[in-house]
Amino acid sequence: MSKSRFGDYGGQFVPETLMNALIELEETYKRYKNDPDFVNELNDLLNNYAGRPSRLYYAEKMTKDLGGAKIYLKREDLNHTGSHKLNNVLGQVLLAKRMGKSRVIAETGAGQHGVATATAAALMGMECEIFMGKEDTKRQALNVFRMELLGAKVHAVTSGTQTLKDAVNETMREWTRRITDTHYVLGSAVGPHPFPTIVRDFQSVISKEVKKQILEKEGRLPDLVMACVGGGSNAIGMFYDFIEDKEVRLIGCEAAGHGVDTDKHAATITKGTVGIFHGMKSYFCQDEYGQIAPVYSISAGLDYPGIGPEHSYLKDINRAEYVPVTDDEAVDAFEYLSKVEGIIPAIESSHAVAYARKIAPTMDKDKIIVICLSGRGDKDVAAIARYKGVKVYE
Amino acid sequence: MSNIEKVFNKGKAFIPFITAGDPSMETTINLVIEMANAGADIIELGIPFSDPVAEGPVIEEAHIRALSRGITTDIIFDGIEEIRKTCDVPIVIMTYANPIFTYGTKKFMKRCQEVGVAGVIVPDIPFEEREELLPFCRDYNVTMISMIAPTSKERIRMIAKEAEGFIYCVSSLGVTGVRKSISNEVEEMISLVKEEKDIPCAIGFGLSTPEQAAQMAKISDGIIVGSAIVQMIAEHGDDCISHIFNYIKEMKKMLIN
Repeated sequence: MSKSRFGDYGGQFVPETLMNALIELEETYKRYKNDPDFVNELNDLLNNYAGRPSRLYYAEKMTKDLGGAKIYLKREDLNHTGSHKLNNVLGQVLLAKRMGKSRVIAETGAGQHGVATATAAALMGMECEIFMGKEDTKRQALNVFRMELLGAKVHAVTSGTQTLKDAVNETMREWTRRITDTHYVLGSAVGPHPFPTIVRDFQSVISKEVKKQILEKEGRLPDLVMACVGGGSNAIGMFYDFIEDKEVRLIGCEAAGHGVDTDKHAATITKGTVGIFHGMKSYFCQDEYGQIAPVYSISAGLDYPGIGPEHSYLKDINRAEYVPVTDDEAVDAFEYLSKVEGIIPAIESSHAVAYARKIAPTMDKDKIIVICLSGRGDKDVAAIARYKGVKVYE
Repeated sequence: MSNIEKVFNKGKAFIPFITAGDPSMETTINLVIEMANAGADIIELGIPFSDPVAEGPVIEEAHIRALSRGITTDIIFDGIEEIRKTCDVPIVIMTYANPIFTYGTKKFMKRCQEVGVAGVIVPDIPFEEREELLPFCRDYNVTMISMIAPTSKERIRMIAKEAEGFIYCVSSLGVTGVRKSISNEVEEMISLVKEEKDIPCAIGFGLSTPEQAAQMAKISDGIIVGSAIVQMIAEHGDDCISHIFNYIKEMKKMLIN
């Protein structure tokens, strides 16, 4: 396997203008990832600023209600800024500093990665610009204001489907325009090498903690670990430390929108084919001529036509499974967890909760499921109200 | 020597870019023939892609216009076959990795050879990923054109060493689109290439005016103009041909003088 690939997936499919920046990033990362000063600085931020380790919570009421496997929630929603996104951002912003960059740019879908990047930029005194599809700036208006409050400039992207895919396009374009002083803080486990590896490593703190916590609580590894998948950063972070533990089943939950038999979904593994886009070879929703399909999900964070290359590889070698979850199922799960456990999950994470509701009752009571609750749902309350036809004013 | 390299033996080359199928395949066919009559030495024909990340808004919109008209890779290959009946100007396809890969790289290059496409330029296949295309290009005698950029620095020698046809020298940072001024950095890039290999260098990205053409022709073997021409297509639609014919005559004059 080449250094930049996961099996045949991954690679560096970017314009020549970006190649030296990717090489610089890879070299910087190699130099610092085991450097004690860098590791200490990152751990200090993760612990004292982000609030790690995040809790592993036994969802007792949910477990009893479903009547099957024991359910634990990995509470990434309790991370500072409200999602797992900050884990990766803190790492990348420290790398950007070490590369002498004074400005960071990032794409965002639901706004969680944009908020995390704006937060870290404020903390580190860096200039920050966020690219967000215009459609998403409407779906997640509160997050736009939040980013501005943190000192970032938010650009509404009007090209294409005006969602996450187009935000990535525009951030890549901006990076080619201004590469010398700028680092692109890619938020998902996608894009050209070394991004999928860097994002996975910084997010793998999730599975490292889960492993330790579940061993403390249960004295054994879980039977099933699950997470929602758009580009796949929380999922790869949640899976990574369990990949070698073959007895742990790994399930990623994709956005099926209105259903995988309609043209309104973002179920990349279920319905997509292999292609080359956004710097990587991976699975994509596309037509027979390689035109990227306009995808759809109620969840802006999962509304992406591709998936990280390591997920494509895990799928091909049958190490991880990927299942579709519809808008309706996710909204049901959003309400369910709110009522049953008093935890309002992000609509993205609700996709994983929804599938857990299906699978837990089919498993024995001595089995253990851990769900990555990647983000909190405050940002989604207005959108869910609209979905249900309730008028609320933000 | 390939057809592409022969072009540069005749003098400084003018290389226009248009998106195939914008505003229609019929117009593209006529436009290619007329651009050749006006003095274009190589034609760069873009296969539209839904997400052209190396393009600025002018060419991106052209891609969207073509796709919304239902243009496909097959329609474009058929159109090139039609052009070949009356016109032998070298044609180079410019597109992204995915339309080639998803069509089937082998099938794509075979079709290129069948319809007489001389080469391909794929901005999102850098040197490190060239093996994705190169073996198939070799099998079907299609030249894979390499690009260098102002950020390439020490990579220029490595790229030049293995380059074929000509080298596409990206004049400035950023995406395609008209620029008021072009930096002199590109002159240094070209001298680095020539130290490594005697291969023609054409400058693209940002060029639009006859003055720029004259200035850039002095330091290179040819110039590539895309957005300025695509903008005329956007303005005049199917009536663009005479406007572009006159523009190319004007630009070509600057290269001969």
